[in-house]
Amino acid sequence: MSQNPSPALEEGSIYDLSIAGRRASTIPSKEAGLPSAGDSLPAGMLRADSPHLPEVSELDLVRHYTNLSRKNWSIEVGAYPLGSCTMKYNPKIHEQTAALPGFSRLHPWQPAEQAQGALALIYEMEQLLVEITGMARASFQPAAGAAGELTGLLIMRAYHRAQGSPRDTVLIPDSAHGTNPATVRLAGYKVKQIPTDGRGLVDLEAVRSAMSENVAGLMLTNPNTLGLFEREIEEIAKAVHSKGGLLYYDGANLNAIVGIIRPGDMGFDVVHINMHKTFTTPHGGGGPGSGPVAVSSRLEPFLPGPIPDLDQGTGRYFWDEDRPQSIGRVHGFYGNFGMVVRAYTYLISLGADGLHNLSERAVLNANYLRSRLEDTYQTAHPGLCMHEFVLTARKLRREHGVRAMDIAKRLIDKGFHPPTVYFPLVVEEAMMIEPTETESKQTLDALAQAFLEIAAEAVDDPEVLHNAPVRSPVGRLDEARAVRQLQTRWRPPGTGQ
Amino acid sequence: MDYTPHTEQDIAEMLDAIGVETIEDLFSPIPQNLRLGRRLALGGPKSESEVYDQLYSLAAMNTATDRLTCFAGGGAYDHYIPAAVRACAGRSEFMTSYTPYQPELSQGVLGAVFDFQSMICELTGMEISGSGLYDGAAALNEAVHLASAATGRKKVVVSQAINPNYRRVLDSLGKSLNYEFVTAPAGRGVTDFGDVSDAAAIVVGQPNFFGCLEDVRAAAELAHGAGALLIVHFDPMSVGLLESPGTLGADVVVGEGQCLGNDLNFGGPYLGIFATRLEHARRMPGRIVGATVDVHGNPGYVLTLQTREQHIRREKATSNVCTDQTLMAVTASVYLSWLGPSGLRELGERCVGLTHLAADLAGQLPGCRVRFDAPFFREFVLELPGNAREALSALAADGYLAGPSLEAFPGMDNCLLVAATERRTVAQVEQMIKSLGQVIA
Repeated sequence: MSQNPSPALEEGSIYDLSIAGRRASTIPSKEAGLPSAGDSLPAGMLRADSPHLPEVSELDLVRHYTNLSRKNWSIEVGAYPLGSCTMKYNPKIHEQTAALPGFSRLHPWQPAEQAQGALALIYEMEQLLVEITGMARASFQPAAGAAGELTGLLIMRAYHRAQGSPRDTVLIPDSAHGTNPATVRLAGYKVKQIPTDGRGLVDLEAVRSAMSENVAGLMLTNPNTLGLFEREIEEIAKAVHSKGGLLYYDGANLNAIVGIIRPGDMGFDVVHINMHKTFTTPHGGGGPGSGPVAVSSRLEPFLPGPIPDLDQGTGRYFWDEDRPQSIGRVHGFYGNFGMVVRAYTYLISLGADGLHNLSERAVLNANYLRSRLEDTYQTAHPGLCMHEFVLTARKLRREHGVRAMDIAKRLIDKGFHPPTVYFPLVVEEAMMIEPTETESKQTLDALAQAFLEIAAEAVDDPEVLHNAPVRSPVGRLDEARAVRQLQTRWRPPGTGQ
Repeated sequence: MDYTPHTEQDIAEMLDAIGVETIEDLFSPIPQNLRLGRRLALGGPKSESEVYDQLYSLAAMNTATDRLTCFAGGGAYDHYIPAAVRACAGRSEFMTSYTPYQPELSQGVLGAVFDFQSMICELTGMEISGSGLYDGAAALNEAVHLASAATGRKKVVVSQAINPNYRRVLDSLGKSLNYEFVTAPAGRGVTDFGDVSDAAAIVVGQPNFFGCLEDVRAAAELAHGAGALLIVHFDPMSVGLLESPGTLGADVVVGEGQCLGNDLNFGGPYLGIFATRLEHARRMPGRIVGATVDVHGNPGYVLTLQTREQHIRREKATSNVCTDQTLMAVTASVYLSWLGPSGLRELGERCVGLTHLAADLAGQLPGCRVRFDAPFFREFVLELPGNAREALSALAADGYLAGPSLEAFPGMDNCLLVAATERRTVAQVEQMIKSLGQVIA
């Protein structure tokens, strides 16, 4: 494989702005009495030239990144109805609290005695998550949802081994996120897929017949990725537990049920929470996230360590390192602490009443939008949904040659970010829509209007959809070419990799 | 405050459109017997001013590096973060956007990450960089996966002089895949690899956790002679002065990118750097941005080689990573553009100068010595006459933070790390050493 020279990018890479001798940085000037690198380090280790970084002025770089940012959609630009992503408003106060120097300038090797506020925050956040999930204890080390999944499965693995019952398989519904099967393999297990039944729910009989003493457990998202609540969860839990298995809750869709029903009360043994979804830490264009894992009391000994604890006698917080059955560390330090500060800020702002409102209005918004669209588009499964719903463009494709991707791209022209498309895999031409609770009825009406206009265009003039988007900074991009002519770094025009 | 915009009238109209009487009706699929049936025991809600004051009080309970002069290292460093970096990377278009699955609306994040990947290739001496992983530990763990997949082997020889927390992460995450981690001793500050036959990889730090510079070229020869890959955990700040690991023969270069414009944040969010040679591109974890053209032939960026990833390949994916640390990669992209080649070199010079001054002065304190003879970059191991952890506590009372203490390593209870970034001054170094002298006296 070789890499081709960069196409001449219109706004280009910052390297295209580079002029030898220009600079933005100011470094404290050399003080008398300081040894030089030449005196301190062996000559053989020193390089002659510096790495090729861009040479730009401060204004060059501020303009470059400002102009780049203007080519990006964000929650603060407009609605972002991506299913399963929970793109709600990220309150501004979170950035202020996370930036307090007592948090942002706290060094991770500082001992607990210097970090009492941070340990107190993690400890209190754990109490909040335990109450919300109905679990016993939690760890904040996992840096994102997938890291939480792996941590949870390793806890399940350690538990089964401690029981003297190593098992080799984990059950996953066919509607699951891709991280579930990928994680199962990393945890050393085999995947067995459970089909979705005609109602869009996990096939209970299939779970029953797949469960055995060899199955470590079942990973489930509830509500599932079709936006439907797994109403037979009690029976599913019974089927899993009766064979000694454990039930894993993928928290991707927790936004639908906060304060209404708790994973622990449904029978789940392990839960991960996507704080960058439900508890609205900003998604940063793809991260950082935070994926704490909460467990029931029988799994508590296996949580990653250390965990903050409170010495009731002295009122001081300390790191509990004495956890002999712990699966060990899963992060270089304590996880994405800065995101925990933001999520904590959110939870104490909302309180119990706010959290209850959150789920109610997320579900209200999704059902309202569904009701506006389901006469024109088809829902994958008719009836009430939870916080999201899945439409299918199957009919439009068959009758007018218009695909879910075309509809998605045309929405861009109408001023909206598209929904999640082609997921879940069990629905043909899927469009998965999650408006979240922070969008107003007026925004939902405008979004519905855009969808309805597109459906009309699909009949009258499908070419408009095939050619969309036309109002975005670039047109549809050639992903196949990006693979075929791999170019993942800037190179001077005319040079190869 | 719950940030929801609904008026009573909105709710009534919406329920009417849905065809139900109450919001409660929407939850009818949830079995009654399993429901909470009460409000969560959380208290609140609180006004924004109450929330701010509460968080302010919690933050004030910490004695962070705004109040202690920081000489601590060990994988997290107190470098200055320029205002232009905070302003650019803090733009809400970067901060409040999702993963760029719709590239037409994501050219900003994709372009910034493409630049990041380009700069990481320059720093590491590698041919292809990913868009960033959770942290240095996660990047190292993923490098082990790559090496095992590339060689079909399970044994990994890991230098003892790797961040002990990273090693614990390797141990926790490697068990389920039956990796065999063998520790190569570093009793003299640099690693003695010994027998590496049948290894998938050799793992070494440059500089290593003790701050010492290793013979990377020799490690590469040893690894390649045994059919193993060389994984180097490097310090991005060091390569303004030092040869890049790629030039010295590394196959995979990983590192912690916190130092590239990201706050200390008590350990996260940080940035895992991951770069390798093109021959391993299809075994890489996580997202990679590539250049392409749109339907009109205009240039643009997309996520590429996606068939490696979990959302396409599911259980056959190279990694389970989905959400990563993109905003930290954008930040590093801006920071490295700010720094430029001259800045990187000058910054490295100043780190070396201040750290060596600290070592010279500390080595003259009674009962103290610089533990290892090997050359070092911006931190070193100082051996004290007594327990290092206790000395660090006493030093903090004087307003200085150093460390960590190194009791995680056998026989090193009296040792600690001392690091200096470009933010420190000669006067601060002299004062800190003076303080340390009083503490151990």
